[in-house]
Amino acid sequence: MTTIAEMPAGFADKVLSAQSTFRSVMDAMARPGSVQRVAASVGTPAGMMRGAAAIALTLFDHDTPIWLDAAMSATPDVARWLKFHASAPVISDSSIASFALIGDAANLPALERFAFGSSEYPDRSTTLILQVDSLTQGPAFELKGPGIDGSALLQAMIKPRDLFQRLSINEALFPRGIDVVLVHDDSIVAIPRTTRLIASGV
Amino acid sequence: MNAPTYNFAYLDEQTKRMIRRAILKAIAIPGYQVPFASREMPMPYGWGTGGVQVTAAILGPEDVLKVIDQGSDDTTNAISIRKFFGKTAGVATTTSTTDATVIQTRHRIPEASLHAGQVLVYQVPIPEPLRFLEPRETETRRMHALAEYGLMHVKLYEDIARFGHIATAYAYPVKVNARYVMDPSPTPKFDNPKMDNCAALQLFGAGREKRIYAIPPYTTVVSLDFEDHPFTRYRFNAPCALCGADNSYLDEIVTDDKGGRMFVCSDTDFCEQRQAAGHHGTESAAPHKEKAHV
Repeated sequence: MTTIAEMPAGFADKVLSAQSTFRSVMDAMARPGSVQRVAASVGTPAGMMRGAAAIALTLFDHDTPIWLDAAMSATPDVARWLKFHASAPVISDSSIASFALIGDAANLPALERFAFGSSEYPDRSTTLILQVDSLTQGPAFELKGPGIDGSALLQAMIKPRDLFQRLSINEALFPRGIDVVLVHDDSIVAIPRTTRLIASGV
Repeated sequence: MNAPTYNFAYLDEQTKRMIRRAILKAIAIPGYQVPFASREMPMPYGWGTGGVQVTAAILGPEDVLKVIDQGSDDTTNAISIRKFFGKTAGVATTTSTTDATVIQTRHRIPEASLHAGQVLVYQVPIPEPLRFLEPRETETRRMHALAEYGLMHVKLYEDIARFGHIATAYAYPVKVNARYVMDPSPTPKFDNPKMDNCAALQLFGAGREKRIYAIPPYTTVVSLDFEDHPFTRYRFNAPCALCGADNSYLDEIVTDDKGGRMFVCSDTDFCEQRQAAGHHGTESAAPHKEKAHV
């Protein structure tokens, strides 16, 4: 059992680390498929990558219910760390979560279990933060949509092989939908609900 | 130094997180107005409290900030907001459009084309384009949900019926990414085409109305029109009196009480850059000298 003294640290500089991390996330969201880096140094609880931890400290607080997948909640470390550093409530009902932290993306639950928002308030949706194996190597995904000049090429090892197929519900649901942030170590790639898969190679 | 200091960029961290989450949703749903818990700012509503909150939430120490009001870097509103962030965030400020990384604007889009890596933050008084047609928020929200925008076309049609052309000259409604009809803030419709497929990220903040919305880079933005009455830009048919530009948006300046007037670029940075490059108009920007009365 970890005590507070043993708990991994948060940001070294709360204000400026959160700002630089947010700009990386904002740039990622505004330019889907582009790989952005989180420069801030941050402590991480077991099972959490640096990028995911930095995003958590930047965007989570008492207003944002967080859902953790089985890998993230295997030990109480992540929940305790989130509670201590972000005061974020960890909930078991994924359908009302603001953010979902997915440590084991291979077992990503069906997207229907998360919030899509309503037609009137499409912003009331769950943002998935998905830890993946690589954002530089692996199968290529050709993407298009707002934020992309023509098309963007993303090379990534994403565990649910059919992630983009599953995300195609965003097209039918729009403006409701699910936004995804892929994380590998300190790299992040955002796939907002407007991004469409043109082609995927090997 | 024991002087009390502000948190970086004035806002507290919880407020910044809340605004940052709203900005991310706004980017993910282009043109959709995300509600946010707008804070009271040390300036009155109408002075850009929405834009200031968005700027405060994104600004970092490395940023170079430019603030314009009606295209001008040196009006009261622009200067006071620039000083506000100079004081509370210590960021570098500039009047050059190309050097800036964050540009906060009231009622204009700069003439120089924006590049990737820049963020344009608009101050928005009334974010709801349908508000003057339908005062109830519950109704306009449903109209957006159903993409029911017939009323807006009726409004533009009534312009044609009454004046023979679409007389809306500013805050000209646009459709973003073929889905949401959006108010581009009270920019002249001359600026509307600059929003389409723009390389920079465009963020809109409405403080009093508590809404944030966005246009990601390279997103289609179409000004609403009719096949037989296509969208047209409008500018005064004159060159700038100071720099001679014939493609910039112009301000009309009354120079005396006998009907004298001159037209000058509304974008002061654009005009100054052109003058520095040797372009001249019919008038000089040199300090005024008294003429002897004859």
